[in-house]
Amino acid sequence: MSTLAIDIRLARGDFRLRFDAELQLEGITAVFGPSGAGKTSLLRVIAGLEKEAEGRVALGGELWQDTDGNVMVPAHARHLGFVFQDARLFPHLSVEGNLLFAAERARRRNGVGAGWWRAGGADGREVGARETNAPTAPETSLPAVIQALDLKDLLGRKPDTLSGGEIQRVAMGRALLTAPRIMLLDEPLSALDLRRKAEIIPYVERLAGDFGVPVLYVTHNVDEVARLASSMVLLAEGRLAAMGGVAETLERVELWPITGRLEAGSVLEAIAGETRDGMTSLDVAGETLRVPAIGVSAGTQVHLRVQARDVAVACERPERLSIRNALPATLVSIQFSEAPFVELLLDVHGQHLRSRVTREAVEDLGLREGQPVFALIKSVAFEGRLLN
Amino acid sequence: MGAIELGPVWLSLQLAAVTVVVLLVVGTPLAWWLAFTRSRFKPGVEALVAVPLVLPPTVLGFYLLILLGPAGPIGRFWVQLTDTALTFSFQGLVVASVIYSFPFAVQPLQNAFENVGRGPLEAAATLGARPLDCFFRVALPLATRGVVTAVVLGFAHTLGEFGVVLMVGGNIPGETRVVSIAIYEHVETLNYAQAHILSAGLLVFSFAVLLGVYVFNRRLPVNRV
Repeated sequence: MSTLAIDIRLARGDFRLRFDAELQLEGITAVFGPSGAGKTSLLRVIAGLEKEAEGRVALGGELWQDTDGNVMVPAHARHLGFVFQDARLFPHLSVEGNLLFAAERARRRNGVGAGWWRAGGADGREVGARETNAPTAPETSLPAVIQALDLKDLLGRKPDTLSGGEIQRVAMGRALLTAPRIMLLDEPLSALDLRRKAEIIPYVERLAGDFGVPVLYVTHNVDEVARLASSMVLLAEGRLAAMGGVAETLERVELWPITGRLEAGSVLEAIAGETRDGMTSLDVAGETLRVPAIGVSAGTQVHLRVQARDVAVACERPERLSIRNALPATLVSIQFSEAPFVELLLDVHGQHLRSRVTREAVEDLGLREGQPVFALIKSVAFEGRLLN
Repeated sequence: MGAIELGPVWLSLQLAAVTVVVLLVVGTPLAWWLAFTRSRFKPGVEALVAVPLVLPPTVLGFYLLILLGPAGPIGRFWVQLTDTALTFSFQGLVVASVIYSFPFAVQPLQNAFENVGRGPLEAAATLGARPLDCFFRVALPLATRGVVTAVVLGFAHTLGEFGVVLMVGGNIPGETRVVSIAIYEHVETLNYAQAHILSAGLLVFSFAVLLGVYVFNRRLPVNRV
């Protein structure tokens, strides 16, 4: 766990960013909000790339910026890894050259191996907490990073010969080789199509999982938030709108104008079971869900994002239906939204699920609060997430 | 037709080489500043750098003569420093050539740095590279085309200059008598044979150098950032 304390102001033209919060970073924390909310600017301020920013930034006990105290640690001395939206690989160097660029400077900067901070600080920095959190985390050495991100076959290639997904993998590996205390990822998947995204996501998870580096992950895609993050920071119009766990933040009705009304849904926690014939079984509070293979090993805890419009309800367990997943649930509340729709809040053994149906259907079925129902979920509606 | 006169050729090459070195040392930081500054003084500085492009060489030469002459501010300082005059000397020619060829070196460098942009430099910084490290390992390799263009244009333009040299340097063999002055004198004295030799030599040399640059630039990968 690292504490990132931020209290900054940045003005550029009409845009104002004002962010004051203390983030407890562990695993992947999403920075979410609509375009123009200031997500990228916030990341750049943290990295020291916005010289006009005023205020204070500190990671753990290390002060990075304090305008009042005249402290401004330059970006090259902040011990962080930054993955830019456009990757910014050096086109004149091979993939290996790009990786070595980072590794050599990390070695020079830190004296010993790249995993310098694990050994405890000669400068007395408190680093013990990281070790207990990730006792088996490999060092961010060149061979370990090449292996974790599958870069071996790319080493000799020039960046302009790589695909979008490969470019982002190299960019993540390069940033990781700086032995960062925190990784800042700025929409690394935004340029990729859906299939490539799915290929890259496990690598993003490895940054936080295998290497134990806390990740701040900027995105405007709510599915990526649900899939990757355990906690989130919500930005709107240059200000902090909310922060907290992903599931409860996405469920908060008053935040829907920002998180997106049509995206409304819920997040279920599940344990992955076996994968066979291209389908994976998931355990949701004792109930079984079948989804197309999500590529995680049995026993892994995953998060499922289910959109309200992908959930239907039935009063009896349906037979002979193409929708495979029917979970017994209790109808907790009927919330009227814009006509002709209503939104049902369902409880599946303590987990919440939202369903969007027509008002007509509620009247025809005679649905009332407290009634047992079956929640019908289309298999395709799932996104999974690896937990650390 | 007498023996080929090598003195002026050698002097021209020396002058061009020294000028290019000074141009790079002085021009690169200025080009860098112009490429990345948000200062409101930028347009003024850009205009000043470009002035030698439009001024008649005689105007530039005239003012340089006044500035560099023993009574001028720079000339007086030089006399105090070295006990020699800047005007009608090789050193004076270097100063004049640098100013005269300044836009030919600064503008390609500035364009090249602008094309590199802040992106790769920011990336390098987050990877732990200090500013000079960023410059030599990232910016300069990505700006190679611009550097080559600046060197060649600076070199060739210095070889070809005439008016400024005539005003500031005169025609002293071994000191300021460069090829273009020698050609002028040969023509004035109706020594067409020597004028032909030097002129053709300059023509062929210039063409060869430019051809070499274009071929090199074609082979050089375009580093899209």
